[in-house]
Amino acid sequence: MKFDSQTYRVETDNQLGFKILIAGIAALLLSAIGYFTHSKQFFFSYLVAYTFWVSIGLGGLFFVMLSHLTGTVWGIVLRRIIESIMMALPVMAIFFIPLIFGFHDLYHWSHAEAVAEDPLLQSKAPYLNVPFFIIRTGIYFGIWYLLARKLYALSLQQDEQPTNEQIVKMRRVSGPGMVLFAVTTAFASFDWIMSLDAHWYSTIFGVYFFAGSFLGALSFLVIVSAWLHNKDILTGTITIEHYHDLGRLIFAFVIFWGYMAFSQFFLIWYANIPEETIWYQHRWTGSWNIISLFLVIGNFLIPFVLLMPRAIKRNRNKMFVLAIWILVTHWVDLFWLITPNLHHHGAHFSWMDLTLFVGMGGIFVSLFWKYLTKGALVPVKDPKLQESIQFSNA
Amino acid sequence: MSKQKVVGLLAEFPHPGALLKAAEKMREAGFQDYDCHSPFPIHGMDQAMGEKRSPLGWMVGILAFIGFTAGMTLEWWTSAVDYPLVISGKPFFSYPAYGPVAFAFMVIFGAFTAVLGMSVLNKLPRFHHPVFYSDRFAKASDDGFFVSVENTDPQFDTEKTRVFLEEIGGQHVELLLETDEEQALENE
Repeated sequence: MKFDSQTYRVETDNQLGFKILIAGIAALLLSAIGYFTHSKQFFFSYLVAYTFWVSIGLGGLFFVMLSHLTGTVWGIVLRRIIESIMMALPVMAIFFIPLIFGFHDLYHWSHAEAVAEDPLLQSKAPYLNVPFFIIRTGIYFGIWYLLARKLYALSLQQDEQPTNEQIVKMRRVSGPGMVLFAVTTAFASFDWIMSLDAHWYSTIFGVYFFAGSFLGALSFLVIVSAWLHNKDILTGTITIEHYHDLGRLIFAFVIFWGYMAFSQFFLIWYANIPEETIWYQHRWTGSWNIISLFLVIGNFLIPFVLLMPRAIKRNRNKMFVLAIWILVTHWVDLFWLITPNLHHHGAHFSWMDLTLFVGMGGIFVSLFWKYLTKGALVPVKDPKLQESIQFSNA
Repeated sequence: MSKQKVVGLLAEFPHPGALLKAAEKMREAGFQDYDCHSPFPIHGMDQAMGEKRSPLGWMVGILAFIGFTAGMTLEWWTSAVDYPLVISGKPFFSYPAYGPVAFAFMVIFGAFTAVLGMSVLNKLPRFHHPVFYSDRFAKASDDGFFVSVENTDPQFDTEKTRVFLEEIGGQHVELLLETDEEQALENE
């Protein structure tokens, strides 16, 4: 891999992307064995891995639109990397197809006989039914695809022939895009994750899912930047000042995630209505309470304390380790949301949790890498690029 | 004619860049009690002047933690020790319910520390400063860039410092003279 610091392009024979892709496919094939031995476990593990990688892509889409709307200067050097995360998102629609075959294993409401004897499910049936569920997912991905493609195309166009118009257009797309993003992300989390326990509902659930998604995307971004730096790529472009700001954003969203998690728990705990409390009861049964406590400490307290000092935010290696830690806890967060519906009596990790995570991740990361290396690694013709490189936190 | 005391020197610089360079030279020359005045913040000025990082963040952090503890303690004392009441069948020490109050305590302690601490560190409130003896100094809120040196600086020497300020590009270098109020009125 050779990096040209004049054009900001990497010359690569794409061996790396290919290797990641092969690893991903191999892991997916291995997981397929699990489908035949224990299909219920397979689909739950699948859903955890699926929501994890979709959430990273969603966080990327959010970050791109946020950058355009706020007119960020510091974030311009990171924009192409985030855009590549965003572009890997629409392809995840393909991975939804196997899930359709797992509806009966995953979603209680998809059983006609269960609905027949359950008045609550009957009243929810106009929304929670298989055809509408699939149509909704199609709509979410349709919107995400259109937004991502438009923003990416405009950004590439800017590399060729920069005009003011592209910047204006990117902002015009991002404004309504943000609203659509909020609605689709919330409903996607309601559909995919919350409806696993169809009796239970929480209006804040979508925000909780979003908070974790953006944390995941930011951590992914830190990992990629630090890895590129390690390979002598973009060393003078993404400076320690950018890590400092990423650290602050992660810090803010760690608090935001904690705030959402506490708000959701607090109201349900206080009201103590059986149909709501049962959801937390499931997550406090057996060894699940360890996972619940782990989330409070691992996804909130530890990063909260560690990200406070300036010295850690301004240290590339420490940020790299912390980002990996947050990605792990983000995965545990989704695991904690989804898997108690399968293992009621206590937390249980399956080998498929790992293989499906690696499998889908392999596809996701190789796609990300393909988009990243397609052109320049930064928006080279952005009028504020130089300002972004020289950005300083004073 | 009463004796007037020299309390400092004031030099004007033509543009922000010149002020930044001047600040660096002042720092290199080892001055301590000097300050730069500009109508707007100048990037890099903190480094140029060699300012240390403010301890305010630590003060806010510590006080916020104390505030959190105070809120928790208050609620524990009132609802579990001093006057225990059963509320919706929950234990007396229901710490999740204390969260919002403890959070609010944390915020208010942190916010007050930030405002008051900032004032104390900046030696505020202060109603007067020698630089205001200069008539030119009014430009500092419009288009003037100034360096002021106070006589409390160990290196301060009226003549030498004046020459130094002129050497580093200062214009209209003037002495800041302390006059008592009567005399100031006479002069008007």
